[in-house]
Amino acid sequence: MATVPLHDRPLLQVEHLTMRFGGLTAVNDLSFEARKGDITALIGPNGAGKTTVFNCITGFYKPTEGMMTLTQDSGSSYLLERMPDFRISWKAKVARTFQNIRLFGGMTVLENLLVAQHNPLMIASGFTFLGVLGIGGYRSREKEAIEKAKFWLEKINLIDRADDPAADLPYGDQRRLEIARAMCTDPVLLCLDEPAAGLNPRESHDLNTLLLSIRKDIGTALLLIEHDMSVVMEISDHVVVLDYGTKISDGTPAEVKADPRVIAAYLGVDDEEVAAVEAEVGLA
Amino acid sequence: MEVFLQQLINGLTLGSIYGLIAIGYTMVFGIIGMVNFAHGDIFMLSAFIALIFFMLIASWFGAGLIVVALIFVLILAMFFTSLWNWTIERVAYRPLRGSFRLAPLISAIGMSIFLSNFVQVVQGPRNKSIPPMLNKSITLIESTTYSVQISYKQITIIVTTAVLLAAFWYIVQKTPLGRAQRACEQDRKMAALLGIDVDRTISITFVMGAALAAVAGVMYLVLYGVVSFNDGFVPGVKAFTAAVLGGIGSLPGAVIGGLLIGLIEVMWSAYFTIDYKDVAAFCILAIVLVFMPSGILGRPEVEKV
Amino acid sequence: MAQTSSTPNATPGPRKLDLKAALKEAGFAAFVTLGLCIPIIAWGTRQNMDNVLVLDPRWDAVAWAVGIVFVGRFLMALRQQGKADRKSLVRFLPHGTFAFFQRNSRVFSLFGLGFLVTFPIIAINLAGWGGALKWIDNFGVQILIYVMLGWGLNIVVGLAGLLDLGYVAFYAVGAYSYALLAKNFGLSFWILLPMSGILAAFWGMLLGFPVLRLRGDYLAIVTLAFGEIIRLILINWVEFSNGYAGISGIPRPSFFGIPFNASDEGFAAVFGLEFSPLYRTIFLYYLILALALLTAFVSLRLRRLPVGRAWEALREDEIACRSLGINTTNTKLTAFSIGAMFGGFAGAFFSARQGFISPESFVFMESAIILAIVVLGGMGSLWGCAIAAIVMIGGTELLRELDWLKAIFGNDFDPTKYRMLIFGFAMVVIMIWKPRGLISTREPTTFLKEKKTISADMVQEGHG
Repeated sequence: MATVPLHDRPLLQVEHLTMRFGGLTAVNDLSFEARKGDITALIGPNGAGKTTVFNCITGFYKPTEGMMTLTQDSGSSYLLERMPDFRISWKAKVARTFQNIRLFGGMTVLENLLVAQHNPLMIASGFTFLGVLGIGGYRSREKEAIEKAKFWLEKINLIDRADDPAADLPYGDQRRLEIARAMCTDPVLLCLDEPAAGLNPRESHDLNTLLLSIRKDIGTALLLIEHDMSVVMEISDHVVVLDYGTKISDGTPAEVKADPRVIAAYLGVDDEEVAAVEAEVGLA
Repeated sequence: MEVFLQQLINGLTLGSIYGLIAIGYTMVFGIIGMVNFAHGDIFMLSAFIALIFFMLIASWFGAGLIVVALIFVLILAMFFTSLWNWTIERVAYRPLRGSFRLAPLISAIGMSIFLSNFVQVVQGPRNKSIPPMLNKSITLIESTTYSVQISYKQITIIVTTAVLLAAFWYIVQKTPLGRAQRACEQDRKMAALLGIDVDRTISITFVMGAALAAVAGVMYLVLYGVVSFNDGFVPGVKAFTAAVLGGIGSLPGAVIGGLLIGLIEVMWSAYFTIDYKDVAAFCILAIVLVFMPSGILGRPEVEKV
Repeated sequence: MAQTSSTPNATPGPRKLDLKAALKEAGFAAFVTLGLCIPIIAWGTRQNMDNVLVLDPRWDAVAWAVGIVFVGRFLMALRQQGKADRKSLVRFLPHGTFAFFQRNSRVFSLFGLGFLVTFPIIAINLAGWGGALKWIDNFGVQILIYVMLGWGLNIVVGLAGLLDLGYVAFYAVGAYSYALLAKNFGLSFWILLPMSGILAAFWGMLLGFPVLRLRGDYLAIVTLAFGEIIRLILINWVEFSNGYAGISGIPRPSFFGIPFNASDEGFAAVFGLEFSPLYRTIFLYYLILALALLTAFVSLRLRRLPVGRAWEALREDEIACRSLGINTTNTKLTAFSIGAMFGGFAGAFFSARQGFISPESFVFMESAIILAIVVLGGMGSLWGCAIAAIVMIGGTELLRELDWLKAIFGNDFDPTKYRMLIFGFAMVVIMIWKPRGLISTREPTTFLKEKKTISADMVQEGHG
């Protein structure tokens, strides 16, 4: 690795990632890269192990084997498989969303965004000690945090609903709020688990705009799991295809689209193989 | 060696009682995911019911045929304790089903306080004792220093427990009722969609748990001959420990856990110090929950993200 | 049982009450009651002169119980029938009472505070110097101890959502710390009060560390086990804690160095007052009031700090918290030890007030009572806790005052016997009536334009 110049190193490099649950191998020897400023999509049929990969990257599962290196702009790099989940978000700056939305439903939209800024605010409150006594500059730091939340609320068009409980929002807004909440942790890599699931075409379009703007204006790289091919093909720079936990294709959207193995995985086996099977059972 | 054998017999006897109570905890937890805090007090209540029926039978028919009396008492205690638990489920737990997570637990704690104080009010705060019964014992190993004995009491307890567990096991494994129960354990909504009367199944679970607790209550009375209104708490916690140790939700686990807890308690008292025997039980509970929360036979839980 | 069949459009035509169905239900309930009563009420057991157990038939009591249940169930059935078209015939409180209180919580807080500060004076004026002692001690101090314990546990259970059934352990740690250190080393109350709190917090961390990753009910049971272990050790380790006998002669707190006694250096003499034991009680009253208010102040402050928000987030979704970089173990541990610290303060106060402590004061029932106060009050609500403590503790204390009932039920009737019975029953009834507690709405910790109260339906239950 030493020969590769720093600025050329991929943001996230996953090498030989394997995850077994008992006898079941959910992810098998997976290697791929996510580059700075790219939108990388992880696709595959149901049960292909995509969410497991996410859970490994974000520390919710400890991988059985493999190495995941995250290199930040500053040059500091982190071995994600050795870090507990909360440190991955805090130090390595990898944020994520969930397939089934996990907002704090009983807290307001604004509070959700403030919880995401926990660690900097914690330091500002002197790890609670100074905050309880009311000394230190916590008040002004909290104001800044609220400003940041406001920035994101405007970006996702929810500024008018800032004081409503998050559970009150319609589904599409909850999806976007979850993304905004993840962005409030200032990530370098944002992992989105099926962000377009359950959205109508209009909301799906808004989502694309939001994701592209996150990449362009904030410079955060995106790694997303998606079923909606229109989203994947429209916005991603790089696609990794998984099937039964194994990588079957890797490349630009156009390349992947043309890959026969991908077609086989999605549409079942192709014609030649059908013919071969038919010959075996004596049909043809 | 003789001492050990004797303690083994004593431990198995005590463990049978814990196992019987533990099944009530494990079944209720399995089916509605709730720690039925009042179960220990149900056990205590059943011992009181048994005590009253013993005395009634003794005063009506004399204390001639102890075995017949015991069978009658067992049946009556099982019936009336089940009625109590059925009512409690109906009144205190059913309205809270599907509600806020802590609500049933608090309700159960309230019920536990209510039951023990109810018994204190209606039966008085003093220890109640009955004349000892089944006093004879068989000497298994004769030696000059120490002879290993098994008393008729202990035989009764172990045999009754074994027979009832077998019957119970048959019900849960082989009958449509048991199948309905297991279905509700897996997925209550789906079971309801498939035409299982979930409320009824849960009621029956409580009834079965109470019936086994009543057996434990009768056996407790036979073994110790004395019961008081606050005898529910500690055996209750120990039985819960047994259920957790065996793997909560698993029926054979509850029995194994019960026997283990009984053995540990008896051995601890015999070889270490009797003062700290309850501390030992509570420590086991804490250690098991922290280091092996799925117990001996339970399924490990995978965190869903 | 909930009947929510009525829709706004349904014609609210007067429907005849179905007496027959109500009678049937009542009859069934009465029959079940008869079954429940048969062994346990119908025969009372009693030791006779020869110390042999005999049975006393009590069919009159059974008849009473069956009759009461029959009538009660009948009325309830009628009421439920009425509900379908008229919502409800009787309400305990006018609609929106809680909302009204919440809107004006600041005003009511000031009123409450004013009342609490002037309570001793009011009590002295109403009950005289002799009678006031009982009111200030049994009601004022007693209730405030539980309010403080409730507020302390509220941090753990209400805010962080960690179910702690062994809170009394920290109360015991505080009490024994004060008792032993004051007796053996002669340290003053004002040094030992913070020390007891710190020791309790330390124990909270020690016990909390291994168990805080357990989920809901398991955590509850482990904390219960810890509470019992500490109590059993206090009983069995006689050299350390004097076992069952407990510790007596614990130094009482002084008024910043001036003791409350009849001597010339005593409080009364120094301030030129006539000696009365009431001064110490009043002092203790204000002391516990100050401690309780400190607890309230700190928990209100904490809620608005990141750690408090993290607690509430943790209560709702632990996994999401971890994905946002929150160290959940530390966060839980902070809640656990801060809660324990207030328990320790209360414990030190308790042992200074009683002058005598024994393991009997720290049984599981105490934990259950404190938890009940928190949950019945409504998780996370300081007002709810205070109301629940007043109702539950004040209510059961009030039973001691019901001697006139003897005139009705005969001299054998002792209302205090029914204290815990009613307490347990009330827990069940309140849970069924309001499963999320009396005040179940949540106040946001910050807002952009307008502060809107969040209804309980939004608040998730969290993991487990």
